[in-house]
Amino acid sequence: MIRALLLLFTLAFAVPAAAQDSDFVPAGTQTVEDIMARQRALADGDESVRAVRDRQGGPDEAVADGIGLTADGTMGQTNDWSDPGIWRGVRYDDLDMRSQIRGPAATTLIQTGGMEWLERRAGPLRVWGGGLLFFTLVALGIFFLLRGRIRIDGPRTGRTLVRFRVYERFAHWLLAGSFLALAVTGLLVLFGRIAIIPIFGHEVWGPVAIVTKWVHNNISWAFMLALVMVFVLWVLQNIPDRSDWQWLKRAGGIFGGGHVPAKKFNAGQKAIFWAVIILGASLSVSGLSLLFPFEMPLFASTFTHLNDWGIGGLFGGLPTDLAPQEEMQLSQLWHGIVAFVMIAIIFAHIYLGSIGMEGAYDAMGKGRVEEQWAREHHSIWADKVMAERDDPRRKQTGSPDANPTPAE
Amino acid sequence: MKTMLSAFAVAILIAFAAQYTFDALPFSSAERQSAENVRLD
Ligand code: HEM
Repeated sequence: MIRALLLLFTLAFAVPAAAQDSDFVPAGTQTVEDIMARQRALADGDESVRAVRDRQGGPDEAVADGIGLTADGTMGQTNDWSDPGIWRGVRYDDLDMRSQIRGPAATTLIQTGGMEWLERRAGPLRVWGGGLLFFTLVALGIFFLLRGRIRIDGPRTGRTLVRFRVYERFAHWLLAGSFLALAVTGLLVLFGRIAIIPIFGHEVWGPVAIVTKWVHNNISWAFMLALVMVFVLWVLQNIPDRSDWQWLKRAGGIFGGGHVPAKKFNAGQKAIFWAVIILGASLSVSGLSLLFPFEMPLFASTFTHLNDWGIGGLFGGLPTDLAPQEEMQLSQLWHGIVAFVMIAIIFAHIYLGSIGMEGAYDAMGKGRVEEQWAREHHSIWADKVMAERDDPRRKQTGSPDANPTPAE
Repeated sequence: MKTMLSAFAVAILIAFAAQYTFDALPFSSAERQSAENVRLD
């Protein structure tokens, strides 16, 4: 028995070794020295050697060159040497072959985008994304030190105005709660490996990763729902108009002092609104494409449009023939980039909505704001609401929202 | 505060609903995309 096993063991090595002993070298076959020379040139930054693959072409050229053919002139499994023609055909997708591999995207056996994606995700995405968040926090800290909390300048009136109804606040907090959960878990997905494992070890990261993934995948629906709600509720009040131009010219009064007239939302808030809607929608779409792998390829068609419009030309022409895996890689990178930009913007928003401005939080916390705050920051809106409130005809109908109520 | 907390609670509820919905779907996307014998093209 042991003898038989030993024999089998020896044979297992002997057969491939014998296979490589063949001294028939077909014309044009690369030698190890050819490959090493290419590697050295690549290491020295000479990209021109990559063109070698184009010169060698696909299986047709391989047939013409006699590369990778068996003795009977076919590209079968009976040959006894390595098969560059077959692998090239597999790589460039131009072979008539069948595979026993099943499952999604099984028809791509080789694609070379994986390593690039891995390196971009582990390199620039982490470095630039993390850097963006870090410097946003530093900038907000510096702003706070220089400008301090934006106070209500005038004396408080003790009266409040309704700013957001309960369903508006509900939509906002659904959006905010889900976004923050997604931001924290998203950052964990990207940084967990390098931030958690070295400090707490694999045993800790394991369960954290499971929860992280569950939260990130499933909370996304609340975010998408809230995004639609917020859009529907606030879009009309966020259409840019002439008052925004005045506000922008004076940078919202941040530096010059004084207050700039504004409607319900000033130009800065409108910018936040549209950033949230557009970036949020893009995050949702790329997120869905990641959630349902290979079902929603986005980039080949997007790149085709960009190329048609001439925008792709700025990047030297964008690739439109993408393997399913490359579609997923691009979705992941795009999802990450947009998420970082949006988180940075939301940092600024949270700052202004809480410690950055006295009286602002009440708008979302209680739904009512101090009348003096409204006069200073949203004077056009405040005048309108107060005029409605003080309108004697309205008073008779007794609308509860328009009535003055003491501040809590 | 109450509105905020109820919104957070609804977010979690939606997450569980999503989880159970996808578990209960009669097909899996990976199965749907797979085949017995795949032609490379
Ligand atoms: C704990 C975090 C947050 C706080 C304290 C906060 C606070 C506020 C406040 C006070 C307002 C009303 C401003 C006003 O009266 O004019 C507001 C509005 C708004 N919030 Fe938030 N928010 C937070 C998170 C978020 C998140 C994560 C998002 C989106 C993903 C978001 C999106 C918006 C939008 C679109 C508006 C309306 C436009 C604007 O006022 O800029 N908020 N938020």
